[in-house]
Amino acid sequence: MSSVLVSSVLVSSVPAPPPGPVTGSAVGDPVLNVVVFAAFLLVVLVVVLRVARSGATRSSYYAGGHGFTGPENGLALSGDFLSAATFLGIVGAVAVSGPDGFGYAVAAFVAWLLALFFIAELIRNTGRYTLADVLTVRLRERPVRAAAATSAVVISTLYLLAQLAGAGGLVALLLDVTDRAGQAVVIAGVGGLMLVYVLIGGMTGTTWLQIAKAALLVGTGAVMAAYVLGITGLSLPKLFESAALRHPEGDAVLRPGLLYGGGALAQADLASLALGGVLGVAGLPHILMRFYTVPTARQARSSVTWAIWLIGGFFLLTLVIGYGAAAMVGPERILAAPGGVNSAAPLLALEIGGEIGLALVSAIAFATILAVVAGLTITAAAAFAHDVYANLIRRGTATAAEEIRVARRATLVIGVLGTAGGILANGQNIAFLVSLTFTAAASANLPTLLYSLFWRGFTTSGALWSMYGGLAVTVGLIVVSPAVSGTPTSMLPKLDFAVFPLTNPGLVSVPAGFLLGFLGSVLGRERPDRAAFARMSVRALTGAGVEHPVHGDPSMPPPAGRHRQSPFPVTGARRAADPGGPERPVIRPAAGSPADDSPTGRIADGPLVGPGAASLPAGPSPHRVAPGAGGRRGGSTGAFFQPVTPPGHGHRPADHRRGGGPAGPPPS
Amino acid sequence: MWVDAAATPDFTRLRSSLLRFVVPATVLFLAWFLCYLVLNAWYKDLLSLRPGGIPLVLLLAAGQFVSTFALTAAYNRYARRRLDPLAGRVRARLEGASS
Repeated sequence: MSSVLVSSVLVSSVPAPPPGPVTGSAVGDPVLNVVVFAAFLLVVLVVVLRVARSGATRSSYYAGGHGFTGPENGLALSGDFLSAATFLGIVGAVAVSGPDGFGYAVAAFVAWLLALFFIAELIRNTGRYTLADVLTVRLRERPVRAAAATSAVVISTLYLLAQLAGAGGLVALLLDVTDRAGQAVVIAGVGGLMLVYVLIGGMTGTTWLQIAKAALLVGTGAVMAAYVLGITGLSLPKLFESAALRHPEGDAVLRPGLLYGGGALAQADLASLALGGVLGVAGLPHILMRFYTVPTARQARSSVTWAIWLIGGFFLLTLVIGYGAAAMVGPERILAAPGGVNSAAPLLALEIGGEIGLALVSAIAFATILAVVAGLTITAAAAFAHDVYANLIRRGTATAAEEIRVARRATLVIGVLGTAGGILANGQNIAFLVSLTFTAAASANLPTLLYSLFWRGFTTSGALWSMYGGLAVTVGLIVVSPAVSGTPTSMLPKLDFAVFPLTNPGLVSVPAGFLLGFLGSVLGRERPDRAAFARMSVRALTGAGVEHPVHGDPSMPPPAGRHRQSPFPVTGARRAADPGGPERPVIRPAAGSPADDSPTGRIADGPLVGPGAASLPAGPSPHRVAPGAGGRRGGSTGAFFQPVTPPGHGHRPADHRRGGGPAGPPPS
Repeated sequence: MWVDAAATPDFTRLRSSLLRFVVPATVLFLAWFLCYLVLNAWYKDLLSLRPGGIPLVLLLAAGQFVSTFALTAAYNRYARRRLDPLAGRVRARLEGASS
């Protein structure tokens, strides 16, 4: 029992409502719900269309032109992270289960510190579009790229599936569509809409979608919490008291134990879930991808900082909203509504703002699904087009235009497959998929990233072991866990091949991922490449080469037409004015130029934005990278780093037109 | 040349300064989070107390938030003061021209 509830909290997607007679049809007025959602769609569409021109280049399709500011990306990060059930699920879990229901929020929140300390800046300094870009700075290109792409595609697609499948429950709740066919139509509609935004706007459009949704979500959350507190006279104790009065279990809703009361096994499952949650966030491909949308590591740091404040603030609001729902709606009514636990927030909104309030929350729920699936789809598509197609299949000879064409097709295919899968899976109990993706990220991606950034002895075989091994262990354990078979709440309740006792494999798979990475490096025949590790760590920690070329390393691919859309004018049109133009198709020579230590190579790099500039409202001039400097290779393995130049520390913020190639003394 | 850069005192200092902050901070927050889990699992009675009408378990959860906010602020401050200047120096030397 507890594990089911755990999963349903975790899951962003809403587990399908219990079949059978629908108690009380959908609340509120479905037409109004649709109208409010359509208004949101329209506003975002206008923004996306205005930025759409920039969708034609790799840098903008994958990374929003690296042109977002820290605060913007911080909002987008929270938008990507706060999925429909993070909101609906946590509010409901708090209303029904009290403090235990809030546990997931705590785990998911403290997890961001890992992203802040170890991941955000270092990733931004070494990668350009995908996780593989980072790893190939020091590891062998082809095998590692294949592994990283596999992991990104698998994790993102499973998460996508879970999100879309969960939409069915929401549809029943909010639109009063209870039959399968009708729900399928709505799910297909959400998938189709998502494709429109992603195909038109690329990462730039997706990012704006996230920003709009996050602002709406946090804003509405604040209003609801304020209302709840207003009713109780700003007194938290009073709120808790009235929640306890209304709750069938009384005071238990103020004590731990309602959800995780069980024995040792339940505790182990909880610990397992928490481990996957805490370590998984910083390895989720679609979260990692967001760090490339800012120009510098400093902005990446600021993104995470903003995300932490926003997500933390929002989770605290959900606590108040959850108890508000318990007090004002009551757990019995919540559980009886279609959508079950997830209906707490919508019902409270109905209580507070009438049908308009409900419509707003419904629209936010749909916008949330839309935004999250958009981020997932583009992540998977980028991994396929950039890693698999451009670098593995074409071995770096694809032009940027070809790569983008493939990226769009991949978007379409992944979107359609995800939607179809979501429709098929609608109503299945696949809540475990979300905890699966977090755990897979924690077991496969995080060990690989941390080792490659900090451990000098790490090798390519180590990376392959930790990525494939971590992924395989996670998925394998899930398959033989009670999540899939053996209990009435399993995906396949009638079968029983559950030999692994825990629903969440994190307790085993995360250590396994780290161990495999270690063993692969130590036992493999390959010797660690010291020079490559030096390159990795210097680049990761300093951002050398992001903004200005580094002399002496021809192996560093210069950034391809990175361009910042005109920076920060006041209007929303800002990104429309894209001075960069389409990325020049550039033929990249096969990667891996040898002369690592030669003092002559250089990269031509057009810095995106001056240091510090992004924090200013009126930033750097739009600029594009001038084609130029000799060693330009259309960009591949990721060099797009950005420096964290502290103001006053050397680099001039403004002038970025340095395509002509830098001159200057070789370093050190 | 990356090897040379990695051997400069500035870089080794940068690396150790970074690790000197993030490793203890990570150990600290993970231990504090573990403490939250353990108390939740085995000290339910203690956490059921309600000082001032607010359940202790929720105060503890809020404590996780406070510590996260505090570490975030501390890291930002540390990075700005200690890490950025060092990173800037190393980078400037590598990039040569631009300063």
